[in-house]
Amino acid sequence: MAEQRVITAEGLQQLIAILAGEGRRVIAPTVRDDVIIYDDIESIDDLPLGVTDVQGPGSYRLVDAPEAEYFGFVVGPHAWKKFLHAPQIELWRAQREGGGVNIHAADIYAERAAFIGVRACELAAIAIQDRVLTGGQHVDAHYKMRRDHALLIAVNCSKAGGSCFCASMETGPAATGGFDLALTELKTAQDHLFLVDVGSSAGQALMDQISSRAATAQEHNAAQAQVEHTTESMGRSMPAGVNTPQLMADNLLHPRWQEVATRCLSCANCTMVCPTCFCTTVDDVSDLAGERYARERRWDSCFTMDFSYLHGGGVRNSVASRYRQWMTHKLSTWVEQFGSSGCVGCGRCITWCPVGIDITEEVRAIAGVEAV
Amino acid sequence: MALMSAHRLSTTSGCGVPADVPRLGYVRGRRSDAPGVWTLDIEMADDAPCDFAPGQFNMLTAFGVGEAAISISGAPGGERLIHTIRDVGPVSHALANLAPGDPIGVRGPFGVGWPMATPGSDVLIIAGGLGLAPLRPSIYDILARRDAFGAVTLLYGSRRPEDIVFHAEVEAWRREKKINIELTVDHAGVDWRGHVGVVTGLLPRVQLDPSRAIALLCGPEVMMRFVGAALTEQGLDATKIFVSMERNMKCAIGHCGHCQLGPTFICRDGPVFTYERMRPLMSVKEL
Amino acid sequence: METLEQMLGAHPFFAGLDPSFIGLASGCAHDVSFAAGEFICHEGDAADRFYLVREGHVALQISAPGRGVATFLTVGPGEVFGINWLAPPYRWSYDARTVEKTHAVALDATCLRVKCENEPALGYALTKRVLPVLIERLHACRTQLLDLYGVPS
Repeated sequence: MAEQRVITAEGLQQLIAILAGEGRRVIAPTVRDDVIIYDDIESIDDLPLGVTDVQGPGSYRLVDAPEAEYFGFVVGPHAWKKFLHAPQIELWRAQREGGGVNIHAADIYAERAAFIGVRACELAAIAIQDRVLTGGQHVDAHYKMRRDHALLIAVNCSKAGGSCFCASMETGPAATGGFDLALTELKTAQDHLFLVDVGSSAGQALMDQISSRAATAQEHNAAQAQVEHTTESMGRSMPAGVNTPQLMADNLLHPRWQEVATRCLSCANCTMVCPTCFCTTVDDVSDLAGERYARERRWDSCFTMDFSYLHGGGVRNSVASRYRQWMTHKLSTWVEQFGSSGCVGCGRCITWCPVGIDITEEVRAIAGVEAV
Repeated sequence: MALMSAHRLSTTSGCGVPADVPRLGYVRGRRSDAPGVWTLDIEMADDAPCDFAPGQFNMLTAFGVGEAAISISGAPGGERLIHTIRDVGPVSHALANLAPGDPIGVRGPFGVGWPMATPGSDVLIIAGGLGLAPLRPSIYDILARRDAFGAVTLLYGSRRPEDIVFHAEVEAWRREKKINIELTVDHAGVDWRGHVGVVTGLLPRVQLDPSRAIALLCGPEVMMRFVGAALTEQGLDATKIFVSMERNMKCAIGHCGHCQLGPTFICRDGPVFTYERMRPLMSVKEL
Repeated sequence: METLEQMLGAHPFFAGLDPSFIGLASGCAHDVSFAAGEFICHEGDAADRFYLVREGHVALQISAPGRGVATFLTVGPGEVFGINWLAPPYRWSYDARTVEKTHAVALDATCLRVKCENEPALGYALTKRVLPVLIERLHACRTQLLDLYGVPS
């Protein structure tokens, strides 16, 4: 790996200013309505300095952090898919003219953007959505355009959340690739520094404009130790030694599906917050005169009844079958479809489940292994 | 600040148009093929229909109403696109009631169709209800080069005699004697002189040589489950039995997630699969 | 000229049956034919014959006032009807009417029952052949009830 550089908080502010000066939207974690979401920021002051999150099944709250870090928290309800795989998009519009219809494909456009604070699990999620939406015969041009015009500035996690299990999914907590820059925030009594790993020529071009110095061996080791501490303090884990894809495939009729259905509200929260869930549906709309039409695509969830609708009724009518579809897809059939698990261990589905269903606990129950 | 691309990326169907945007066509003919079943002849506005393989489907748009996956029921290589639609939901109702001259949106063709039978093989075609529609292009294909195959048999089950789609055409095939045809219905009055009973009941009438036969099945999933089981019971290998599956299709290119059945996307990996592939998936309720 | 024994032996229902049993059964057999549209039996009549169809087709029907006559099953070459011979009260539960000219072997029900009583092994062998027909028809009946080709409501 190339030499690690060190920048200060001023350097980070410089970076934000450079990105904005290039005409990019700068999107980063920021506090809104008592949660940390991803939104446009103007300066380093918009970052959640000194704020951390306490998460667990069905539970999320922000508290003052012991250290005044800019990135001393984990992931919130937003995922970057909000900006890459748009929640709602128009695919085409059409207008009746004479006896015919003029059909206009929606423009494929993207704003240049920079995402600051992308966690390792999120880099893994973006890589997964890349495979789903651009890796096959058909390419989602809307997604690809947005993806091609976003810089990814990663942050290595300085702490693990109560719902986190990326270490057991081998997706984190350290960013190992797929970023333009990766920051490790080091806060000591004396210093507030960011170690920077450069992951692309675009990242290098940015670094060339910011004052930085080479990292010392001590700083390098401190960053390593911080990541190791994060790994060791994960709130949760997928059970070790279990072949989860096979376990799911072998247990489609396991009684646990019925049991989890007594708790699951089929609310679709888990699919909305999941950084890899990609399902969409379309709505055709028209004006009152019936002369102008458009097709809109929006996120959909396999937890809705309509999702599997087949003339006359849904294929998956029971909550048990819909939960099974979600979990077996995420952990098992995804591997056959796209070559990796669909789960990155970010823990969002656990935190944002209103009844606190824990996917790692469900795997343990089906595997018949004890909770840790 | 916004970047635009003047040309689309490689998100195209086989026809060189964006896969998520329909092409314009016009309905040129509409006829009833059974109660509630309508066949549309569609002429594309710009050029000839895209080439398709028997068993593939298009996504048809009734402007302002919605889009539905409809299998192609006409012969490959024709000037017009032929689609047979059952008037059953809001979108199919709007599609089935389009009048000649009306515009219609067409995306496709999509999916994996029926396999090409090896020359010399026997072909057993088993259809139920509207399941004959996606098989009809294969039948045309077989009739066009009939000498390439051994025995060709069509077993077709319907609800009532009046629900037999393409009935006159089926009778014409029967008269030509190029393929053996057995029709059966679930319910019949005294006027019906054909078989009454389930389509599996016709299987003993077929001289099945498992070493040289392939079977193409399309109909309700329950029917295909039972026919698949009966054929394997008679010694036909599950890899030589093909089934055309149906699930909710929205995008038709494996991106929207709706049509998943286990690890498969029916739209992209199918709709035609081997019975060997589908058997374990069809047997799990609500999968 | 084919003998009754040969006819029985050639019919799928008796295929593979011990020749001595076929010999026994043939003692109850008659070679019968019916013109097209002819009633072979009527609902409620004594089920005094068990039919093995050799050629032609027979429609099994139930008529309902106001709804006309409904055919629920057709039986063709190699198939059988009249399995009511085996179980009390030995009555036809449908009408059987030929769709076309039909040849069959008719087995006299009383004769067959007596032989089965006297020779339980024959009775068991025939029961084992009747049972799959029953199971298959029950299954077919269930599938028909599902109205698979109809529009789901």
